[in-house]
Amino acid sequence: MSYLIGENMTGGYGAADILHGCNIVAERGEIAVIVGPNGAGKSTAMKAIFGMLNIHTGSIILDGEDITSLSPQARVAKGMAFVPQTANVFPSMSVEENLEMGAFLRRDDISKTMDEVFDLFPILKDKRSQNAGELSGGQRQQVAVGRALMTQPKVLMLDEPTAGVSPIVMDELFDNIIEVAKTGITILMVEQNARQALNIADKGYVMVQGRNKFTDTGEVLLNNPEVRKSFLGG
Amino acid sequence: MEDLLNAFLLMSNFVFVPAIAYGSQLALGAVGVTLVYGILRFSNFAHGDIMAFGTMVVILFTWLFQSYGINLGPLPTALVALPFGILATAIFLLGSDKFVYKFYREKKAVPVTYLIASVGIMFVLNGIVRFIIGPDDQRFADGERFIIKAKTMKQYLGTAEGVSIKVSQGLTVVTAVIVVVALFWFLNKTRTGKSMRAFSDNEDLALLSGISPDKVVSVTWILVAILATIAGTLYGLDKSFKPFTYFMLLLPIFASAIVGGLGNPLGAIAGGFVIAFSEIMITYPYKKFVAYIVPGDWKPEGLVQLLATDYKFAVSFIILVLVLLFKPTGIFAGKSV
Repeated sequence: MSYLIGENMTGGYGAADILHGCNIVAERGEIAVIVGPNGAGKSTAMKAIFGMLNIHTGSIILDGEDITSLSPQARVAKGMAFVPQTANVFPSMSVEENLEMGAFLRRDDISKTMDEVFDLFPILKDKRSQNAGELSGGQRQQVAVGRALMTQPKVLMLDEPTAGVSPIVMDELFDNIIEVAKTGITILMVEQNARQALNIADKGYVMVQGRNKFTDTGEVLLNNPEVRKSFLGG
Repeated sequence: MEDLLNAFLLMSNFVFVPAIAYGSQLALGAVGVTLVYGILRFSNFAHGDIMAFGTMVVILFTWLFQSYGINLGPLPTALVALPFGILATAIFLLGSDKFVYKFYREKKAVPVTYLIASVGIMFVLNGIVRFIIGPDDQRFADGERFIIKAKTMKQYLGTAEGVSIKVSQGLTVVTAVIVVVALFWFLNKTRTGKSMRAFSDNEDLALLSGISPDKVVSVTWILVAILATIAGTLYGLDKSFKPFTYFMLLLPIFASAIVGGLGNPLGAIAGGFVIAFSEIMITYPYKKFVAYIVPGDWKPEGLVQLLATDYKFAVSFIILVLVLLFKPTGIFAGKSV
């Protein structure tokens, strides 16, 4: 059985459904990327997996356990971590305090995990006492991801992590994501930079209007002429 | 030279010392208001009457202890009664949260709804306090009255003016410093305190990090109980306890919190002193002070008073309006109103 399964998800924020029978599957240590045009329901699908959205049909299964009825906080306790696209740090608190808050649910010694995060993002170590709100966009994203990693999650979900960052930082961020996946953490990522994201993806999901349109490995999707034409730009 | 010394002593006695004491009391009150605004995200209009309620309980226990013959020597007996007042206020506030504010939180009400609800709580407290202790002045200070008397200082220095410092004023400053240091230690060094700052900063992210909103809310109300009761008791020891006066203190307290930047405890403290000094300095008759400073023929005829002391609250009100018009985020750039 696959590690993370979002099965036949159907639901929306209010009366109208946004997702229609959407399926997302990721194995342990895999990088799964959700791409698609604007309004396709990519972020909605990920929020549904995290529990920030109620689906009236379908289920979410993590490591064989049905977690559909759990609240987002409960899913965090089960090993899920979510990095929102915006407002993803505590701006008036220092970098170190942000990481401490990320590990709030843990009662054990977090210094080792914090050192691991600093190894992954060395610049955060330099700026550990600086307020997160004063950092540049790219550095803030690193704090946001670092915060999520502090719970030692099994699944890391990223909502458009490279939104608003420069190309170099985007490359670095993708490198870091690959590093994180190598440690065995499952990565689920929604991305607008479809080409670069599919490049590093083990599995890619192209969504259109709340439904799965194409599902395959990243490499296959990149070379698929229909995918390229519809929104990779040929 | 001696005139300048006299001028300084005069200002100290009638402006600096009272303003520092009053500023400390306002600071403690303002920190309570700013915590509720920053963490619970609404303006708590019941704060003045929460102070009155806490002080009322302290007074009742003080009278009880006084009747038992318990006393603290030179210090007021009210200090022994303080924990009881804090406990009673904390129970009331946690109860008001459970039966009033929680209802609106579940409905995800807008902030102004909580404000109106707090006005309701204000009226309830208003009634309770007057019902139990009556609307009149109550005096409950005992122990030594003065640390230094003006007369003693005049004799010691040989000057025409002296400074008197009351025990209640010294106590206010010492207590305020202790409370503020403890509060900042709590907010910056403890896990619970940091979680409250995180909750104030970004509520959704705090919830995602597993921070329990119920615990944050409860701890906030307990802190408010502590701050309000101590502020009210210190004010009552220094001046006197009258329920109506405490209701009126709402204006300078809010002015202090807003001037300093809502949601910022450091700002609330700074704002408290800004308001206290402004109120006193703008309504002080400078006649005697000017007389000490200037040469003989220039001695002023009138009182040289900008505003009559009756208009003290007008000063807070004007400062509040000016800040809201020109710099709504306050000195320390808190959340805008």
